[in-house]
Amino acid sequence: MLFWQILIDGFAISALYALGATGFTLIFGVSGVLNLSHGAIMVGAAVAAWAAASEFGVGPYTGALIGVLAGFILAFATYFIAVRPIQRSKVIAESEKEIFILTATLLWGIIIQEAIAYLFTNNAKTVLPIVEGVTTVLGVRTPRNEYFTAVICWVAIGLLWFLVNRTRRGKAVMAASMNPRGVTLLGIELSSIYLTVWAIYGLLAGVAGILLGMFLGVSSYSVGPLTASAFSIVVLGGLGSVSGSLIAAYVVGYLETGTAYLISPAYRTIPALLLLVVVMYLRPQGLFGRR
Amino acid sequence: MPAFVSSRLFWIGLVTVLVALVLPTYVSGYVLGLLTVAYYTAVFAMSWDLLFGFAGEVNFGPTFLIGVGAYTAGILDAHFSPGLSIWLCIAAGALAAVIGGVVLALPALRVSGPYFGLTTLVAVLMLQNFIVVAAGLTGGEIGLAVPDVISIDARTNYWIALGFMLVSGAILFGLSRSAIGLILQASGQDKVQAGALGFNVTKHKLAAFVVSAFFSGLAGALMVFYMGTASVSTFVDVGVGVQIIIAAVLGGRRTVIGAAIGAVFLIGMGELLRPLGELATLIVSVIALAVILFFPDGFLGIIRGGARA
Repeated sequence: MLFWQILIDGFAISALYALGATGFTLIFGVSGVLNLSHGAIMVGAAVAAWAAASEFGVGPYTGALIGVLAGFILAFATYFIAVRPIQRSKVIAESEKEIFILTATLLWGIIIQEAIAYLFTNNAKTVLPIVEGVTTVLGVRTPRNEYFTAVICWVAIGLLWFLVNRTRRGKAVMAASMNPRGVTLLGIELSSIYLTVWAIYGLLAGVAGILLGMFLGVSSYSVGPLTASAFSIVVLGGLGSVSGSLIAAYVVGYLETGTAYLISPAYRTIPALLLLVVVMYLRPQGLFGRR
Repeated sequence: MPAFVSSRLFWIGLVTVLVALVLPTYVSGYVLGLLTVAYYTAVFAMSWDLLFGFAGEVNFGPTFLIGVGAYTAGILDAHFSPGLSIWLCIAAGALAAVIGGVVLALPALRVSGPYFGLTTLVAVLMLQNFIVVAAGLTGGEIGLAVPDVISIDARTNYWIALGFMLVSGAILFGLSRSAIGLILQASGQDKVQAGALGFNVTKHKLAAFVVSAFFSGLAGALMVFYMGTASVSTFVDVGVGVQIIIAAVLGGRRTVIGAAIGAVFLIGMGELLRPLGELATLIVSVIALAVILFFPDGFLGIIRGGARA
């Protein structure tokens, strides 16, 4: 009973972690950007969906659509405000661009977070779920929404896989992550690749944010922890490796769920953090990272 | 360093210090209290700048060192209050932070860039978790009440904070301009080449961590005995660390002095904008982002008139 409960709950939460981390790792793999406003974008999308559905009463489907759109817009805003000016800057030394992008995206994340807090207060918000009700599988009563979350996450990840491996545009993105100069030599504009990646990222983060809002609820306080957990999953799996992030998401998700059920919810995040520290010491490039 | 920096900067610095010295005669205890906190934050930011600006280590967890120092001092005092002088507690806090600095330095010698940044972030999260879980010892989420304070007089506290900031600023600045600072800068920019030139990169980086940890821990411990309480949200939270990083980058990284200016600016602005409520942080963040995007060298870069070394 408890076993099945952990299995089901862990699966759903891990799927959500996986979706959240995928976009983050994609951006890093292709353009070397660690986007520290990640959590803010997810929360922004969730809050937009919540506001549309609950405050303006447009219904859960339109609300979710508006949320995804918000994630999309926020991702582009991040790119044009906090990332591109630094990438193109002639004043900032090449070696220092990394820390500047980190600081700028961090500040941008705080700006989004504070804007949300100002406009919609700090209260926790739960996005109206698209699927309601409870169902019993294997003797475990679970909200249907949980299964819905897991399914949508895997559909989104599957679509991403299809896009990257089967379409021309996706293959160009893949190539750019391997060798940016090689791609430019083939006559593909690198800046348009970046735009594609940020667009994909916006959609992924938007969907992940809304699902999170339906599943666990969000508030402007969840911005920091969300970025941190995406960051640690991605590093655990190996920066830039999408499949590594997926596996790491499941490792972290099950570790957390198992700890919460078997030991105490208060210790929820500790084993995952310990694992992370051990991996960093023994295998700094992550479980599946390439250097 | 060319002479123009010292000349122009020196006079601005001298005037600022003089203003800070005569300030207690003119302003209220409230403003002094605010500045006291700002001065301690300035030390946090300067210590961070030594690690980042010179050793080139992206430390996302300055609050790990601060928190270890603050909580060690606080816990010692809370448990052995009358028997143990607060100065001993403060010294123990600084020592504990130095040990924490060495622990933090170990991964830095193996991994670099974002990987190291994450290790430091994880260190903060672990400390935070530990404090919450070991609530019996640390006071948990509510915070730890410390029975003793340095002084209840706002002026005395102000003098101590100001003196502490000036002394540690002078030491850190001197260190950054010394041969050690140059070697650190060299190893931060190109580790292999610095090693090839015969410098012991490991030793110097370790020294940078120890010095940074010492001042962070000392400032944290002093601040505990100024506030009379230690809590996660004032000493350990990632948000506090973020503010320190922003202060250092805003003031002008790799300058030490700039970090102090940035810290005082951030705290001052936060207070000035307080009537605006939740908009305050938003506005400060927008200003900080604008400075970073348009003046990457920070306030000191603006003062220097865009002249780049």
